[in-house]
Amino acid sequence: MSRREVFAEISPADFFYRNRDIAGFSNPVRAIYAALRELVENSLDACELHQIPPDIYVRLTQEGGIPLGLATYKIRVEDNGSGVPASYIPSAFGQVLFGSKYRLRQTRGTFGLGGTMAILYGQITTHKPATITSSTGTSKIYEVELRIDIQRNKPVILRRRKRSNVEGWHGTVVEFYLEGDYFRAMPKIIEYLKQTAIASPYANITFVDPRGRLYKFETATNKMPIAPKETLPHPYGVDVETIQRLVTITETRTMLQFMITHFHRVGRATAKKFLDFAGVPQDRNPHKLKQEEIVKLVHAMKNFDAFMPPDASCLSPLGEELMRAGVQKELNPEFIAIDVRKPSAYSGFPFIVETAIAYGGNIQKTDDILLYRFANRIPLLYDEASDVSWKVVHTEINWKNYKVSFDKPMAVLVHVCSTKIPYKTVGKEYIADRPEVEREILNGLREAGRQLGTYLSRRESAEHDKRRLDVFSKYLPKIAHFTKDLAGKDKELDVERLLRGVGKIEEET
Amino acid sequence: MIKDLQEFGADLYEQMERGEFPWVRMPSRSINNIYYDPGTRQYVLGDRSVRRSARNIRHIRPLTQLTWIADFAYHLTKQKKTSTLRDVFYNAQAYDMSFTDQPESDDIITDLETILGYAREDFSIFPEERSAIFGNLTISYTVPGYEGKKLNLTSHPDGVMIGPALTSAELLDTDAEMVIAIEKGAMFTRFIEEKAHKKFKALLIHTAGQAPRATRQFLRRINSELGLPVYIFTDGDPWGMHIAMVIISGSANAAHLRELTTPDAKWSGVWASDIVNYKLPSDKLNDMDIRRLYELQRDPRYEGKLWKQEIDTFFKVKKKAEQEAFSRYGLSYIVDKYLPAKLEEMKSY
Repeated sequence: MSRREVFAEISPADFFYRNRDIAGFSNPVRAIYAALRELVENSLDACELHQIPPDIYVRLTQEGGIPLGLATYKIRVEDNGSGVPASYIPSAFGQVLFGSKYRLRQTRGTFGLGGTMAILYGQITTHKPATITSSTGTSKIYEVELRIDIQRNKPVILRRRKRSNVEGWHGTVVEFYLEGDYFRAMPKIIEYLKQTAIASPYANITFVDPRGRLYKFETATNKMPIAPKETLPHPYGVDVETIQRLVTITETRTMLQFMITHFHRVGRATAKKFLDFAGVPQDRNPHKLKQEEIVKLVHAMKNFDAFMPPDASCLSPLGEELMRAGVQKELNPEFIAIDVRKPSAYSGFPFIVETAIAYGGNIQKTDDILLYRFANRIPLLYDEASDVSWKVVHTEINWKNYKVSFDKPMAVLVHVCSTKIPYKTVGKEYIADRPEVEREILNGLREAGRQLGTYLSRRESAEHDKRRLDVFSKYLPKIAHFTKDLAGKDKELDVERLLRGVGKIEEET
Repeated sequence: MIKDLQEFGADLYEQMERGEFPWVRMPSRSINNIYYDPGTRQYVLGDRSVRRSARNIRHIRPLTQLTWIADFAYHLTKQKKTSTLRDVFYNAQAYDMSFTDQPESDDIITDLETILGYAREDFSIFPEERSAIFGNLTISYTVPGYEGKKLNLTSHPDGVMIGPALTSAELLDTDAEMVIAIEKGAMFTRFIEEKAHKKFKALLIHTAGQAPRATRQFLRRINSELGLPVYIFTDGDPWGMHIAMVIISGSANAAHLRELTTPDAKWSGVWASDIVNYKLPSDKLNDMDIRRLYELQRDPRYEGKLWKQEIDTFFKVKKKAEQEAFSRYGLSYIVDKYLPAKLEEMKSY
C-alpha cells in the first residue's frame, strides 16, 4: 500500500517561526534579550550608514504577568537614523528576509531578519500588532500598525497615519508587545548595552527598564568610523548557488565580461588567466552555462591562485582612536593597549582584527581575564569558552612574557569585522578557529601585550626608583642628625644635595 | 672612649659636608676572616675589611642604625648610665628605624665594637643574662653612688650577681686558691650548700650556660689579677665542652675583642671518660650532638690532647651525662669524692 505524501511549500516567515531557536528566540529570557538586541542593532546600522551619530532610546514596560517573572512587555526603540521610506515600512517590518543585508557589506545584523523576527515573536506570544513610526526627514512622519501573515510572509496593515514633520525629524520608532522574562535576562541586557557602548563610543544609548531605572551610555567622541562600501563577491568566497543566481540575472554576454563585472578585484588580465585555467572559453555565454560547468567553475575559482586578495574597503573597523574612547569610557582602566591589524582574508572574505588590552583601574575584579568579544561591533555574550579568542587568550599566550602578574584586573577585547564573520554555529554567538583569523587575533594580542609589558616595566622601574628614593630620604637625614649630635656640631646638614644624586648611583647587584 | 665615639660621628659628618655619601670601613667578621691565633690563644680577625656606604641601598639602613647606636652609647656613657641589649632593641623603635629582631640590633652593636675596638660593656650596654659568684672575695665598688663601698662575696647565700657594678669593681682581698666555674644553677647551689668554697678554698661562679662576656671578663681578671687557677665544670656533652672552650679561648663572635679569654682555665668535667669511669646515668647522643662533635673535631681550638681524647671517647661511647648524674651516689658525692679526685687528676694536664 502506498501513501501519498503531501509536499507543501512554507514561507520564510513560517520557516523561522518553526525554527525560532536559530534566531535566538528559544525561551522567554533569550527572547527578550534577542528582541532588544536586534532592534538596537538595526537602529545603530540605520544611523551609521549615513554617518549620523546614533541617539537611541530603549524602553521596556511591563504590561502584566508575574512580577519579576514571565510577563508581557512593551518594547519601544527609537533612533535618529535615516528612517524608512513610507512605502517600504510594511515590507521592512512585516516580511521576513526583506532588507538590504544580502549584499556584501559589513553590517551588524546577522540574519537580515532581526527586527522582523522580533516582531514575529511578539505577535505569536501576545497576538498584538506592532507599530512602526518613521520619517526620512521629509515633511511627513508615517505611522503604520501591522501584523505579519505568517503563512504568506506578508505584512497586514491594520492602520496607517500621517503626521506633519515640523521639526524635520528623521529616524524610526518600533513598538510592540512580547512575552519575556526581563528580570532573568537583565544581567545580559545590561552587559550587552555596556559592551555595545564600548564598540560604539560615538552613540548615545538610553535604556529605561521595567522598574523605571535609567541606564545611560553617553557618547564619548564625535568621530564615527568610515561607513563600509558595498562590494562584489570575491571568487574565493562564492558557491554554486551564487553563480547560478548571477548567471540568471547577468546582462553580460561573455564569460570574460561576466568575470570582470560580477567579481571583486577581477580585471581583464586576471579574468583571462583564470578562464584559461578553468578551461572555459572567454566568449562563452554565461546564460548558457550548464549545471556541471558551474560546479567546475566554482571548483576552479577555489583552486586558482592568482586572484588578487580581497580589499578591505567594504570593512569598517573601529580604529585605534574609537576603540580607546570606548574602552576608556566604559571600563576606565589604568592603561589601554591597542593593536589594529592590517586587513586579511579567509576563503575570499576580507576581515580585520582589532585587539585591545585594558589593565587595572576600574575594571571589574575577577579571578580571570575578562574577555570582551565583538563581531562587526556586536558584543558576543554567550559561549565564551568556545570562541577562538578564548582559546588564544587562555592557551596560546603566555601572559608572564608580558610581565602581567594578575594582581590587578585585566580585560582583553577582540573585534573581528568582516563581510562574513566565521561563526561556528547558526546561533552566531562565537567565532570559529579559522587559522587565518586565529593568527591575526594572536598577533594582535601579542602586540598589545608587548605595549602592556613595556608600560608595566616602565611603571615598575618608576616605582622602584621611587622606593629607592624613599629609602634614601628616610635614612640620610637620620644619619645627618645622629652624626651631628655625636660630632657636637651646631648645624644640621642638608641632605638635599645627596638625595639629588641618588638617581645617578649605579644600582648595586 | 667618648672621644672615639665623637670622632666616629665627626668623620661621617664631614664626609656628608663634602657632599659624599657617608661610609665606614670595618674589619670583616665573616667566617673566612676569623683565624685562631696560637700566640694570644684565641680567635682573632684577619686583614679583610668591609666598607659600609650610604650609597648602597642595602647598607643605608644598617649604617643609620650604627650611627644611632653610637649616639645612644655616647649619651649613655656621658650620663654614666647602663642599658641592656634588649633595651637598645626597643629604644630604636622611637626613631622609626626599628630593628627587625634583637639579633639584628645585637649585630649592629657588634659592628660598633668592631669599628671602635671596644666591648659593648665599655659603652655601658650589657646583655640580659646574668651569672653569679659566691666565695670569700672582698671587692670595692667604683660605680656612681657606691664608690668605695666594700662587699664580701659570701654575704649573700644565693651568690652575688655578676653585673656592670661588679665587673668594674676593684678586687681587694681573698683567701681563695682557685675558681670553680659551674654551668648549672642547681649544681652551683649544691656547691654552696656543701661548702665547696671552704673545702677547696674556692670562688664559685655560676656561668648560667654559655658564660656572658662580663663573666668571662671577670674570670680573666680574677685569673690574672689574683693569680687563681680556673676550673670549669660543665655537663658531659659537646655543648658543655664548648662552654668551657669559650671561657678558655673565646668565641668566634668576639674575635674582634681582647681580654675576654682565660687561656689557662681548665675544663675539669664532666668528661666523656667520667661517664665510663664513674658509671654515670646517661643518655644517648642525638643527631645534633653528633653533628656538633664533628664541628668541634674540625675546630682549631680543640687541638689539645685532652680535647682530642674526650671527643674520641664521646664518639666511642655515644653517650652524654649531666652534672646532676653524680647524685646517684648521694648529694655530697660530687664535692666530697669526685672533685678532689678530679682536681688531683687535672695536675697531669
